[in-house]
Amino acid sequence: MPFDVVITGVGLISSIGVGADAHVLALCSPNPEPVFDTERHKPLTVHAVPDIDFSLQIPKREQRQMELWQKLGVYGAGLALDQANIKGNEDLCKTMDMVVAAGGGERDLDVDAEIIARVASGQNAGDVINSVLTNELRPTLFLAQLSNLLAGNISIVHKVTGSSRTFMGEESAGVSAVKSTISRIRHGQSTHALVGGSYNGQDADMLLNLELAALLKQDGWEPLWGRTGKSGIITGSAAAFLVLEERGHAEARGAKILASIGDVEEGRVKRDDHAGEKISEMMAKACGTVLPDMIVSGASGAPDALSLEKHIIGRFETATVRAFSTLTGYLREPQFVFGVCLAALALSHGTSFSPLDETEDSSVGAPQTVLAQTIGIFRGEGAVMLRKA
Amino acid sequence: MRNEKYLDSFGRPLVAVTGVGLVTSLGLGKDINWRQLMAGSSGIHAISRFPTETLNTRIGGTVEFLQSENNDTQTVTRALAFAAADEALAECGFPADQFGGPLFLAAPPVELEWPQRLALAANRTVEKETTYKSLLDAARTMEPIAYFEATQFASIADAMADRYGTTGVPITLSTACASGATAIQLGVEAIRRGETTRALAVGADGSTTAEALIRFSLLSALSTQNEFPQKASRPFSKNRSGFVMSEGAAALVLETLESAVDRGAEIYGLVLGCGDKADDFHRTRTSPDGGPAIAAVRAALSDAGLDETGIDYVNAHGTSTPENDKMEYLALSTVFGQAISAIPVSSNKSMIGHTLSAAGAVEAVISLLSLKNGMLPPTINYDEPDPAIPLDVVPNVARKAAIRTVLSNSFGFGGQNTCLVLGRNPL
Repeated sequence: MPFDVVITGVGLISSIGVGADAHVLALCSPNPEPVFDTERHKPLTVHAVPDIDFSLQIPKREQRQMELWQKLGVYGAGLALDQANIKGNEDLCKTMDMVVAAGGGERDLDVDAEIIARVASGQNAGDVINSVLTNELRPTLFLAQLSNLLAGNISIVHKVTGSSRTFMGEESAGVSAVKSTISRIRHGQSTHALVGGSYNGQDADMLLNLELAALLKQDGWEPLWGRTGKSGIITGSAAAFLVLEERGHAEARGAKILASIGDVEEGRVKRDDHAGEKISEMMAKACGTVLPDMIVSGASGAPDALSLEKHIIGRFETATVRAFSTLTGYLREPQFVFGVCLAALALSHGTSFSPLDETEDSSVGAPQTVLAQTIGIFRGEGAVMLRKA
Repeated sequence: MRNEKYLDSFGRPLVAVTGVGLVTSLGLGKDINWRQLMAGSSGIHAISRFPTETLNTRIGGTVEFLQSENNDTQTVTRALAFAAADEALAECGFPADQFGGPLFLAAPPVELEWPQRLALAANRTVEKETTYKSLLDAARTMEPIAYFEATQFASIADAMADRYGTTGVPITLSTACASGATAIQLGVEAIRRGETTRALAVGADGSTTAEALIRFSLLSALSTQNEFPQKASRPFSKNRSGFVMSEGAAALVLETLESAVDRGAEIYGLVLGCGDKADDFHRTRTSPDGGPAIAAVRAALSDAGLDETGIDYVNAHGTSTPENDKMEYLALSTVFGQAISAIPVSSNKSMIGHTLSAAGAVEAVISLLSLKNGMLPPTINYDEPDPAIPLDVVPNVARKAAIRTVLSNSFGFGGQNTCLVLGRNPL
């Protein structure tokens, strides 16, 4: 008999706030306002994170070993552990499994600029690279860059040490992280697990990555569903973590259950004329026999994926749709997890949030079922249905 | 009623390995690798791929025989991953373009590398501007989609899924130097859950770039014995001084024993157990008491339904760094007690260096070949034993030994510890 999987903790950070309550408050306000910065990387826009006192979750000496991506992730993981009432519980932490969805960390932008300047002035590239990197790079920076070191830092700071795995691969990494964790719990291979990720969307090198495909919006903020043209992405900095747990395990320790979660359906649909149909089928499979009251859309703003998304979501006429990236920006690896976190909060708070732009329908009240879904910019799709606990 | 001979002691399906592929600096394919390993040959050489004159470490186990125009991490890793998977799939008996099970790929992180960064910089619109602003502007003008694809972590697995017809969304993962073992573990878990009867686990690493070498150098992790490259990697020796950065790949077709027998497939051996445990002590150093490594070994043994008397041979992580080899001995001597002196423990890294993300898979394949062939690869360059590590390291010369089980250890930065127990084909 497969086990029931429930959510007992949610940790969120984005431009609209820090923590689950701050997100619910912002999303339920009559006219949720985006927080964005058009100066820092002009002409690009970013949703930067607010000032955070990282010391609330991370000792100062540990913070010095991390750049923003890891600090956000470790903080967000701590919030989820707090809410699940697991943080500081040695027995629960040392048996807790962890799957982190991650890309790479931040580079030393000054060191890079020095290499570029010296090569531009005519010096030999190979020599410059070797000497500048050898002499200028902080040795520990490497550890702020390695993909699996977000998980490593979570182990160090929060003592989560049951097992630790890092999935890579943009949006799909987040989808697979949730899917794999749910499968393990469902089949008795794990009892409780931390899953999530973080993204530094305000770092020039992270922006460069997306701009290699000319994806970034050049003309300021506008609501996601209204974005047209090739470059529809506005990035955000964020963290999203979930505590997933076997229901019996959660109930036995008296944990508050926020929502129950079904199996993740995922895809790698070729983006041709049949993509809409195939992704719709995948979403329908995630829904099972019930139509969701609400859809938390992980639409990124990338134009091709956005038109697919509009087409597919249009089939779910009865659902209230909320595309959070309008306010938070595009979050890459944690995109899907962020949506699952919001879906859990919608269920536990009995709200379908305010419309996030003028095209989204007004709220219909407390949803019983919420579908969280993400369609990657170029590849990778995921959907999962959550139900009231 | 299922036939019990196909189930383990926990009632889960036994997992067999029915295809393997191997590429290291010793050569392309498991046959040549096995011959070289048996001969105690080293694949370590002076690096020629990029200028090294001013660097402290100028040697590595780079794979140079899969030549391509670019030597960036993504290109080399991709070539290695495909080479290993091609070999494994060619012999496993499943259609090479319709494998029909999921793919788990252990691979290094990727990012835009220096040749591409400098190409962008050369296209900057304002001559004097050399900051990231100039790169962003140049990217918008050039729109170099090939560069973009090279920075996408999902790219290699996606291409492999297309070529081999694997099912679902492939998982690309990193647990640093334990990644290859984790890929196998994920495959085994999926089979045990009954989601599939087969899975393809691949570990590949082609990340020997100047910058990666320098980053490891700055952590004082690498051997600087440049004069005699083949002697530089000397696990468990008193004069070991760091690991040698290497490239390679391995692929394993994992399959329920039942399915393998039904098909009449050739069976290399079984994956009997997997265990992992994270360390919370430090980013690069392990807990001084070896606790997490000990826990990982014990978890693998227990997952295999064995106790400490059940292991005949250890394929060590054995990186040749002062700390790893000491800690690994501590872990092994704690788990196995006095008996460890009678268990052979050798390190493939003495010959092929440290293949990083690929190592766990590479060493699992070598462990399976050891089981199948009844031969143990040596630890070479063992001229000066470390008296603090009194192990039978199969010094310098391969040894005949009819082993039934192998423990293969993988430990990585970030507190990663993953161990596998592999067993001989029981049939």
